[in-house]
Formats: sequence, C-alpha cells, structure tokens
Amino acid sequence: MELDLQTLMSIIFIYIFVENFVLHRFLGICPFLGVSRKMETALGMSMAVVFVMTMATLVAWLIFTYVLEPFDLMFLQTVAFILVIASLVQLVEIVMRKVSPTLYQGLGIFLPLITTNCAIMGVALLAVQEEFAFLEAVVFAIAASIGFCLALVIMAGVRERMATADLPSILQGPVVTLLTAGILSLAFMGFQGMLTL
Amino acid sequence: MVMLYAALTLGGIGVIFGILLSVAAKVFAVEVDERVEAINECLPGANCGACGYAGCSNFAEAVCKGEAEAGDCIPGGKETSQEIAKILGQDCAEQVPLVAVVYCIGDRNNARDSFVYHGSPSCKHAAQMAGGFKACAYGCLGMGDCVDACPFDAMEMGDHGLPEIDRDRCEGCGLCVKACPRDIIKTVPQDFQYYQVLCNSRDRGKSVLNACSVGCNACRACIKACPQEAIALDNNLAVIDMNKCDGCGECVAKCRQGTIRTLEEGKKAEKEAAASA
Repeated sequence: MELDLQTLMSIIFIYIFVENFVLHRFLGICPFLGVSRKMETALGMSMAVVFVMTMATLVAWLIFTYVLEPFDLMFLQTVAFILVIASLVQLVEIVMRKVSPTLYQGLGIFLPLITTNCAIMGVALLAVQEEFAFLEAVVFAIAASIGFCLALVIMAGVRERMATADLPSILQGPVVTLLTAGILSLAFMGFQGMLTL
Repeated sequence: MVMLYAALTLGGIGVIFGILLSVAAKVFAVEVDERVEAINECLPGANCGACGYAGCSNFAEAVCKGEAEAGDCIPGGKETSQEIAKILGQDCAEQVPLVAVVYCIGDRNNARDSFVYHGSPSCKHAAQMAGGFKACAYGCLGMGDCVDACPFDAMEMGDHGLPEIDRDRCEGCGLCVKACPRDIIKTVPQDFQYYQVLCNSRDRGKSVLNACSVGCNACRACIKACPQEAIALDNNLAVIDMNKCDGCGECVAKCRQGTIRTLEEGKKAEKEAAASA
C-alpha cells in the first residue's frame, strides 16, 4: 500500500467541503434537522458520529475485503454492513459504559440513535464502492464525519440565532429550518468541481 | 451454491458478533444498583428538574449515592419521599409542600405601560428591551414565560395580563421561579394561607405610585399596625415574615394601596374585578 499524501489530503478536502455528506449527498438529514436546535446537543451528536463513522467504516471495509470479496458475495454488502454497524455500536456502548462512564454520559442517547443513521451506512458503502485502500477508507470516514460535524454545527449556530428572531408566522417552525438547510446546501454547491479525485 | 455461501457467511458474521457482544456484556458488565430502578419507579417521571438534576433517573442515582435527600423531589411530595426512604431503609425528614405565588398584582388595569412593545412574545426578551415596557421595572410583563415553563399545567395567563396559578395543580417545583426574568414568583409553604405583600417593587414610594395603583409605596402603615411585629421594610418594600404572622389582618385594613392580600383572597379579588369589568 503506497502512502500517497496528496490523495489523502484531497480526500479530506473533498469530503468535508465539496461532497459534504449532509449538504451535497443529502445523507444523515434526520439528525441534521433533529438535533441542530442547540449547539450543545449538536456537538454531542457530532462527536458520536465521528467516533462511530470511523469505527464502522474500518470494520465494514475489513469485512468486505477479507470476507465478502474472496467468496464473491459482494451483493451481500448492504445486509452485512447493517449487521456490522448495529453490533459495533452495541459493542462500543457496552465497552464505553465500563471504561469511560464520563464519555458514555456525554454521548448519552446519541450513541444508540446513530445506529440507524443512513450517513454511517452511506460512508461504509461508498468506501468500498470507490475502491479505497484501507488507509484511504479510514481517512475518508474521518473526513466525511468532520463534514457532517461542520454542517451540523453551522446549522445549530444559525438556528440558535434564528430562535430569537421575529419571524412572520408563515415561516415559523420547520419551514424556516428547511429553508435554511436549502440555502446552506446551495452555498456548499459553490465548492462544486473545485477538486476531484 | 451461492445461496448457501451467502447464508453461511451472513450467519457466521451474525454468530461471531453475537458471541462477541454477549462476551463483552459479561466482561464489561456494569453493576447497576437495583435500588436506582426501584426509586425510579416511584418518582413522578415528569423530569421537571426541580431537584436540581437533569431528570428523574439522575435524581434516583443521586439519592442512592447519598448526594440527594429522599425528600428532595418536590412534586412527588410526602408520599414519594416516604417510599424512597423505605427503599433506602432510612427515616425521612418531614417535607413541607410548596406552592408558587406571583408577587405582583399590577395587571393591565392597575399598572401603566411606558411604551408599546411589539417584539417577540417572551418576558425574557421584553425585559431586555429598554428595561421592559412597563413603567414599573419590577412588575410582571405578562408574556407568560412562567406558563410555558410549568410542566404540570398549573398556570395560565389571566385576562388582564397576569399569570394565574391553580393551587391544586401546582406542585411547587419552582420552574416558573427560574423562568421569570424579574424574580416575581416565589414558592411558599402550601398551608400558609395568611397575608402577603403582593408587590415586588423596590422603587421609592413616589415612582411606585406613578407606575402602579396597587404597588407597595413603603408608607409603613402596615409595619406600625402589625401587633406581631412581623412586617419589615426591605429596600422600599414591606415584607411579611411568614413565621411571625398569625393572620390577624390588621395590615390589610391599613394598607391604602390594597397590596396586602391573603393568597386565597388575592385570587378572589382578581376574579371579581374581571367579572365586574
């Protein structure tokens, strides 16, 4: 495996900005809208996602390369990855509860919540689809999760300010949230074509 | 053949993860205090946070660790604290049930506004806007932050812009006390039915009279009248000591502003005023 620093750097840039998972691929919209009301919870969720996304992609990549590919069972990837992610999150939760109760309390409800997050699944699937090498896949997962954090934190910041704004009644509630998400997504489209792998 | 491989592989992965998980559950088992579960059962479950913890389950944990007292759950009241004490095998101190009281009767008819406010309908925001739209800097703004905060549906906005507390429903959790930006609401013992100075203004007498027709202008008439010497002036506001007051009512007769009322009567007077208007 050749360590190509330039490729890794471009993977990082592309998946944080150009192909942001939330704002470009529209994955993980549920937590993006659900927990972005307060900066505090948004950060908690982000940390949990970084952790689980990296771990899940790592294990999913290993399973794919060393179990599914040799047996020519690539069509099983979706089912297998669901299994992997669900068990992994459970395992992480059990271990974390014993080893680091503080972190367990900090991540709290978010940990089991992101088991069913499509962004996690999407990253694992894309990592094998793009035929990344192991290191590339891990860097890809980290970059994708940081991209997720970025989107969530920006959204939380905007929504916290919006909470005190005097909005016309027609815009209140989910309407303005969805509008904000749309405008944010448009803004990120500005990165389009800046860099490709 | 492929089907067989597929089933075997997936089954294999499943079994391996299953074993891994059950082993991990054994190895990394965290001992959960069964008392926590039992205490959690008998708590109200409103997660109101009156005890100072994030929710009922956090409180249950704290009680087991000895960080909180069995009687700290205010909405649960006597019954809950006794049940908790039984689980923990200890005696519990007698706990006084509390009820929230709004210390302002300056509604729209009594208190003057200094300007018209068109901002967001929240006391917190209104209070920050040029010191609030009421001429009295201590009076109730009537936007209902306390009503929103009440987890027991015990508060509602009255017709004249003051919150009304349903004493039967109020559990004395004190969330409205925290929600009020002007500290107008206080919790008092539920069985205290005697007289209170229902005003929060620390302004001097003249400016109180300018702003509100029912505010305490610190005239000291009640202090002189009280045979128990239960009333004292605190920053231009008469305050009745609940421990000394025996409810003789001398102060009510002497109060020219009508600020002193019994907690029950205060509500009655408001209703009558509403009916006549």
